[in-house]
Amino acid sequence: MKSFKSNQLYQLTLTQFLETIREPEVLFWGIIFPVLISIGLGLAFTQKTESKFHVILVETQPTELDSLLCLYAQPEQIEGKEIRTWKVPDDILGNTAFRFERKDWHSAIVSLKRGEADLIVTDSTGRMQYHFDPHNSQAQLAYMKLSALVHSPEASVTTTAAAPIRPLTLKGVRYIDFLVPGLIAFGIMSSILWGVSYTIIERRSQKLLRRMIATPMKKSNFLFALMFVRILMNIVEALILFFFVWWLFDIQIQGNIGALLVLFMAGNIAFTGIAVLVSCHTSKTEVGTGWINAVQMPMMILSGIFFSYHNFPEWSIRIIKLLPLTALTDGIRSIFNEGAGWMEIITPSVALSVFGMLCLVIGMRFFKWY
Amino acid sequence: MLQIEVNSVYKSFKDVQAVQGISLAIPSGEFVALLGPNGAGKTTLVEMMEGLRKPDSGEIRIQGKSWQKHENELRKIIGLSLQETRFQEKLTVRETLRLFASFFGLGEKRVDEVIAWTGLESKHQSMTGTLSGGQRQRLALAVALLNHPQILFLDEPTTGLDPHSRLDLWKILKSLKDSGETTLILTTHYMEEAESLCDHIIIVDEGKILREGRLEELLNENARNLDELFIQLTGKTLNENPEKSQ
Ligand SMILES: Nc1ncnc2c1ncn2[C@@H]1O[C@H](COP(=O)(O)OP(=O)(O)OP(=O)(O)O)[C@@H](O)[C@H]1O
Ligand SMILES: [Mg+2]
Repeated sequence: MKSFKSNQLYQLTLTQFLETIREPEVLFWGIIFPVLISIGLGLAFTQKTESKFHVILVETQPTELDSLLCLYAQPEQIEGKEIRTWKVPDDILGNTAFRFERKDWHSAIVSLKRGEADLIVTDSTGRMQYHFDPHNSQAQLAYMKLSALVHSPEASVTTTAAAPIRPLTLKGVRYIDFLVPGLIAFGIMSSILWGVSYTIIERRSQKLLRRMIATPMKKSNFLFALMFVRILMNIVEALILFFFVWWLFDIQIQGNIGALLVLFMAGNIAFTGIAVLVSCHTSKTEVGTGWINAVQMPMMILSGIFFSYHNFPEWSIRIIKLLPLTALTDGIRSIFNEGAGWMEIITPSVALSVFGMLCLVIGMRFFKWY
Repeated sequence: MLQIEVNSVYKSFKDVQAVQGISLAIPSGEFVALLGPNGAGKTTLVEMMEGLRKPDSGEIRIQGKSWQKHENELRKIIGLSLQETRFQEKLTVRETLRLFASFFGLGEKRVDEVIAWTGLESKHQSMTGTLSGGQRQRLALAVALLNHPQILFLDEPTTGLDPHSRLDLWKILKSLKDSGETTLILTTHYMEEAESLCDHIIIVDEGKILREGRLEELLNENARNLDELFIQLTGKTLNENPEKSQ
């Protein structure tokens, strides 16, 4: 019997694996970096932070605001400018801080254009006037909070609200719950696109592909080995990421773990197909980079990794839902946060696998081994 | 039996006619040298014999079989080293050899043999990325020898080697020749290499065979060695200042 160690699929997988783990930079960018990013984003978006608004006063005569500022705001000198800060505490919605600064109209507009200021306040016969871009929701919020505050400086929104606010503390509704499944899906996509495509293109330009197929090596084994190693790395990456977010943010998988694994595999197949298609012809890494970006960028923006795609126009959502990354992200998210099981993931899993196989077949049809 | 038959083969790239109607026949056990200046078409011709490029027209048979129909069979009996191959840099010499051995279903025993044969014992644990040029050539030769090839193609195996390493490599090839089981096609710019190793010498330039035969058949009063013959044939020198000849 032939020894297991001289099996070519085993050797191809082993050498591919050794090569991957011997490149510390690859490990860093492939595994540690995504984990750091998600922890960073997670902390940034879950910490109860102060909302800060910057208001510029362009007044000729004192208004009601000025008398309030004398009472409530702290004057300070920052870089020679007098800035007054009014802090409004709020246990439920988080604290708010308004920074007021005096300027002339022209410099106020410049600050607004630069995004330094949210609101400009002027006066007209002793009454305040607000100036802001009505399409800017941050400016709108600043306006609403400030005008409410000027109206009744002692009361906070929470206590005056007509109906009481009940903060949701359910699992799966926080931003981090939304983000983590997206990052796992994104991790699969970028690790496979870069890992598989880049390896293929580099081997081709080194003439190593040509050297390899000048032997009885089975071509499919070469691609399988690339895919196996990538899937292994993706599993490790997802586990590390999951461990940290579970530990730091108490994220849990509410749905079926078996279904999650199947979907994970389907995602790997889909992106391996794309990766092979993208790298089937070129031996220039620059061309490869171009293709990978062309595939990855639109999906990264559209597929709802960092924010929901429901903000996009209605007509585009139907198209967005057809993107492989969208299918994968939505599927993983529903298992994590909505307790989805086998039934919900059958369609995306089958669609992703079929799509991946199709790309693989087309890619192999046009594949240049040398 | 003829190991290799090449029948009026043509190959051109966009604007270059790399091989223009070459025919040859190489019997079993013969060592053949392809000599020619840069761009003569040696690599193109050899790669067509190796089944890595398709000729535009003409026919190539290895042991009477064509590449189109018998690729799987033929891959098992040939060994080759390309003019330039970079192996995976983060693998050791031994790991690289193990990988290639597995393609032929061979194991550790054969790996040990070729390591010993090519004198890579002291380097078998080194990453291929850290090898010197000559050591890399030896590794390429070791890979080529793994499957006991009946036909061996070596594209400039000694280019860039110091005289000592070149002699080492010649020794390996001579021992191969003595066993008489291997047919060798070797491209080179070095006259001495062709003279000392090969039975049959083929001089090519601009995609055509200028002269071929045994060394003593090629030489005459006007051309006492291959260098002179080459100048006589083409007006160019073979390996000195090759860029001038282009
Ligand atoms: N892939 C290619 N595309 C276009 N032209 C090519 C290609 N490969 C070779 N050529 C051209 O074909 C001609 C023959 O090239 P080849 O590599 O066979 O020469 P060679 O005899 O091996 O030269 P050297 O001694 O420098 O290795 C050259 O003019 C070269 O520019
Ligand atoms: Mg060449």
